Amino acid sequence: MRFLNRSAGRLSRHRRSRLAGLLVMLLGLLVMGGIYQAVLSPSNADTQSKSDEELIQEGRDLFLVGCSFCHGQNGEGINSQDGQYGPSLVGVGGAAANFQLTTGRMPMQTPGQQAPSKDAVYNDEEIAAISAYIASLGPGPAEPTAAQYDIDEYGLTDEERAQAVVNGGQLFLTNCTACHNFDGSGGAMPWGKYAPDLKDTSKKNLYQAMLTGPQQMPVFSDEVLTSKDKASIIAYLESIQEEPSHGGFGLGGLGPVSEGMFAWLFGIGGLVGFAYWIAAHTTRSTKTKSSEGTQA
Amino acid sequence: MTDQTDNLPVEEPIPNPGLPEHHWRPTDVDPAAAKRAERQVATFFLLSVVCALLFCVSYFTIEPGDTIGGLGAMNVALGLSLGFALLFIGIGVIQWARKLMGDHEISELRHPAASSEEDRAATIAALQQGLEESGLGRRPLVRNTMLLALGVVGLPLIVGLRDLGPLPGKKLERTIWKKGTRIVNDVTGRWIRPTDLEVGQLVNAEPEGLVTPPDAEHLAGLEARGGHVVHGAELLAEKAKSSVILVRMEPKDITEETQNWGHQGILCYSKICTHVGCPIALWEQQTHHLLCPCHQSTFDLGDKGRVVFGPAARALPLLPIEVDEDGYLAARSDFLEPVGPSYWERNSPAYWEKQEKKFFEEAAK
Repeated sequence: MRFLNRSAGRLSRHRRSRLAGLLVMLLGLLVMGGIYQAVLSPSNADTQSKSDEELIQEGRDLFLVGCSFCHGQNGEGINSQDGQYGPSLVGVGGAAANFQLTTGRMPMQTPGQQAPSKDAVYNDEEIAAISAYIASLGPGPAEPTAAQYDIDEYGLTDEERAQAVVNGGQLFLTNCTACHNFDGSGGAMPWGKYAPDLKDTSKKNLYQAMLTGPQQMPVFSDEVLTSKDKASIIAYLESIQEEPSHGGFGLGGLGPVSEGMFAWLFGIGGLVGFAYWIAAHTTRSTKTKSSEGTQA
Repeated sequence: MTDQTDNLPVEEPIPNPGLPEHHWRPTDVDPAAAKRAERQVATFFLLSVVCALLFCVSYFTIEPGDTIGGLGAMNVALGLSLGFALLFIGIGVIQWARKLMGDHEISELRHPAASSEEDRAATIAALQQGLEESGLGRRPLVRNTMLLALGVVGLPLIVGLRDLGPLPGKKLERTIWKKGTRIVNDVTGRWIRPTDLEVGQLVNAEPEGLVTPPDAEHLAGLEARGGHVVHGAELLAEKAKSSVILVRMEPKDITEETQNWGHQGILCYSKICTHVGCPIALWEQQTHHLLCPCHQSTFDLGDKGRVVFGPAARALPLLPIEVDEDGYLAARSDFLEPVGPSYWERNSPAYWEKQEKKFFEEAAK
């Protein structure tokens, strides 16, 4: 304590010195510069997270290895004699790239009518890099944020939220059920294509699919179906999954296909079994009745 | 052949072996087995009683919202108890018939169903006599006026059909669309600008007035164009005819003839299938095919809605569209041919083609 007092006193003696103001200013500049250097400087941020250029460069490196075979070295797409090999990615935007990569649809394992969803091949950092590269090819829809796709981020009251779910249901029935079925269970399309089941799809992926129209799915732009409309559709899909199945077993919610198959296999099969049982021979005894008079 | 009533062949190629000897079931010869079977049958009937009572109990005790393992408790309990109540009665009856009821083999000979020769001759003679005595052959005036009366008495029935309703007139040819009617997004009711649509976009749309306007501006716009918000039965009737889909494609993917109908690759098609009138919205943006979920009719939207597959007989009708002075998409006229399935009074395709040609020639002037 005495030591501290003494050193404070020593400093205090110099505070009226002619050099004091200069020293304080120099000290202040050094501290501010140091903080800037340590926390805020762009060159320093580089060492922690990558710059856009580096991210895009990394994405381009990954793209050249994993994607360019079908989409061309600059994402311009490749046309072969039989038609399009891989479509142009110029202007599809980061949302489309993120959707295709996070749902595992791309990279495609084999050419076919439809790219099926599978486990993602790239990790999150790689997906961010490739998406950044593809977004840099041309202007297109950006990756949506939770503020867009999550109805809970819209700050609605309980009543407004319930109304949004109802509205989302109307929009779903009008725009989505034709292909994805009334329950979001998906359905068949011509030539072996299909509309996928929506039940295990993340909110972000659902939003991205509506925004970008992957494969045969049409686009539903934010200008026509606003972010809130899309978030309402997603909230509706969530609500019908929480709903208990009051009608008994849903059998996948596929309508007459699975229900008809159940009726044919189990209903009619059971009836055939009973018919066999009724007409089958019963066991017979070698004994005879003592008195024949009981015969009818 | 002379003696048909007997029905026995004159001689049998193989001697009739008769019925095999009857073998008894254990329940027929062993009283203990019979008693056991009796108890089994009774058990099934009693199980059925238990299930039926369970049905009544669950009907009164289970709350409608309750669930069992994600299923509605009421449905599961009522369905299972009533189902098993009926099933156990059935099983009991089958077991009864198989184990305890008499099972003697018997044979019944079949006889021809026709009446005997004498009966037939007598009937024909009676009819002939009646015909002669009534004088139908000799008095043609009576016969002909009677036939006339029987024919004309059908007329009141046909005239009564008029009460089924007023004749449809031109109702099936016309929809609510007219020049200047703006196209709005279904459910949300908002107007649509061409720039709102991207290539590959699908909009399930309606004419304004069939969707509640989202705000005062939309309502004022609708009323300024002489429209009104349609309600009730009229709404249902109009929606069944006027629903459309709006799609945008690369103009290079659209045939030249089709481009006249749209605006920069934006085309507006009727949503009602020309086969039996299902609403269609399964659009594949890459092939430009629109598929009807009911009977798989497929239309090529890049080529005037041509039928490429399925039972539909006519192309999907296009609605000619334009951009109005405020920059919103609107109809240039009503549909140029009746939408939806064919009907009796529909004019020939050639007639409607001529109407179409006339419209575009006038528009070009």
